[in-house]
Amino acid sequence: MRPDDRKYSESHEWVKADGDTMLIGITDFAVNELCSGNEGDLVYCDLPEAGRTLDAGETFGEIESVKAVSDLNSPVAGEVVEVNPAIEDHLEILSSDPWKEGWLIRIRPASKSTDGMMDAEAYENFIASSAH
Amino acid sequence: MRHTPLHDVHEELGARMVDFGGWHMPLQYGPILDEVQCVRNQAGLFDLSHMGRVRVTGADRVAYIDRLITNYCAKIPVGSIRYAFLCREDGNPIDDLLVYRGEDEVYLVVNASNAEADLAWMREHTDGFDVTVEDLTDAEAMLAVQGQRSTEILQPFLEDLDLSSLKYYRFAFGTLCGIPNVRVSRTGYTGEIGYELYFPSAEGERVFRELAQGGEAAGLRPIGLGARDTLRLEAGMALYGHEVDAEHNPIEAGCNFAVSFAPEKGDWIGRAALEAVKETPTRKLIGVTTAGPRIPRQGQELYQGDQAIGSVCSGTRSPTLDTNIATAYVPLTVEPGDSLELDFRGKRQTALVCALPFFSRTRS
Repeated sequence: MRPDDRKYSESHEWVKADGDTMLIGITDFAVNELCSGNEGDLVYCDLPEAGRTLDAGETFGEIESVKAVSDLNSPVAGEVVEVNPAIEDHLEILSSDPWKEGWLIRIRPASKSTDGMMDAEAYENFIASSAH
Repeated sequence: MRHTPLHDVHEELGARMVDFGGWHMPLQYGPILDEVQCVRNQAGLFDLSHMGRVRVTGADRVAYIDRLITNYCAKIPVGSIRYAFLCREDGNPIDDLLVYRGEDEVYLVVNASNAEADLAWMREHTDGFDVTVEDLTDAEAMLAVQGQRSTEILQPFLEDLDLSSLKYYRFAFGTLCGIPNVRVSRTGYTGEIGYELYFPSAEGERVFRELAQGGEAAGLRPIGLGARDTLRLEAGMALYGHEVDAEHNPIEAGCNFAVSFAPEKGDWIGRAALEAVKETPTRKLIGVTTAGPRIPRQGQELYQGDQAIGSVCSGTRSPTLDTNIATAYVPLTVEPGDSLELDFRGKRQTALVCALPFFSRTRS
C-alpha cells in the first residue's frame, strides 16, 4: 500500500498537505515506468522557478530517462514557493524515496481542495486496472 | 504480439518487455547505459529473432534482387554480405536490409516492423523472374554476439569454423552447439566486432542459454533493444523510421556505398529518382553532440540563430562518448565544427556538428 496521507492523480503525481502549502511529487509507479527500477537510466528533471503560478493540470516540468520523457503536471492550482534543490543532482532520490525526500515542488494552493483526486486505495485500484 | 523462441527466457531474466514492430521484445534486462558499456568493454548477447529473414531461390534470383535493391547483387562475392535498400520508384526506401549472397540463394535480413510490407512488395514484383520468395522468420532463430571478446566467447561453441578467418561482412556455415549448418556472419549493429547466428527456432532457447552461461566469465551479458539502439547510433548506423524512411532516401542519408549506379546493374526500382538526388542533393545527415543534460529526441528542431534548419532523427545518451548524441538532416552548408542549437521547450542547448560515425571499431 502506498502512503495514505496524500492524494493521487491519474498521471501519477501525488499531492500532500504540509501546513499552508502542498508538496507535489511523482509516484513509484511513474518512476518505474520511466526507468524500470534502474535509477541510473534517469537523466534529467526540469523543474520550474519559484514564483511561477500554475493552473490545475498544468505541466510544470519534465522528467527524462534514457528512453523516455514524461510531463510533470500539477494536480492543483497555486503558486510555486519552493523547488526541491536536491533533485537536479540526485535524481536517484526519486527512485529511493519518492514519498518523502523525492518531493518536487512546494506550492501555495489557490484552494486546498483535492476533489477528484484518488486516495491510496483508489490509486492502487487505478494502477491495477490500467496494468498492461 | 508475436513471440520469439527466446520470449520465456527474457521474462525469466526479468527483462522489461515492450512492443517492438509487433513483437514482445526485451527493452532492457538492467540499466541501459550499463548494457551499452558491457558491449563496448566485453560482449553482449542479443535475441534478434524478430528480424525478418527472407530466402530467395530460383534461376533468376540475382537478377530479381538486382531489380529490387539499391546495391549490386551480381557483384557480391558468394559468401559476402552487403547493406542495401529496397526502394519505391520515388527512391524512398520501404526498408533497409542485409543481403547475403549464397551459393544457390540470396538471403535477406530485414526490419521486423517492415517485414510484411517487404514481402508483399517482393511478391508483387516476381513477374518475369523464375524465383521463390520464402519467409524464414518463424523457422529460424537469430542471435548476435557483439563486442571485443565475442570471438573468444563464441569460438569454443563452433566445431568446424575458424572465426579468425571470417572477415567483416562475410558469412560461413558451421556446427554451433552441435547444430550443423548454422549460418554465422561477421556482422552487427553495434560498431563492435561481432557475429550474427541463424539456426532452427527449436534450438533457440538451448543455444541462448549455453552461450550466456559459457560467456559469463568473459563478461557476456544479455542485452536488450534499448542498448542496441544506443550502440547503433554511436556507430552511426541508420535505423529505418529515423534516419531513413519513406521521406528520407539513402543518398541523403550518406549511404552511397549501398547504392549502385553501375550501368551493368541495369534499371532498378528507384534508380532514376536516386540518380537525380545524387546530382542535386538538398540536405545531408550529420551528427551532433550536446553537452547539456537533456537528450535530443526525434522530431526536435535544430536552430541556426533564429532559423529552424533541421530536425533530429535519433538521439541518445552516449556512455561511450560521455555526452548526448543525435543525428539530424541539415542544409548542405552546415559543416562539422559548426555550432547549432536544440530547442527544449524554449530552453536552448548548444549542439556541435560532427561527422558520422560517432564511434567505430569494426573497420579495423
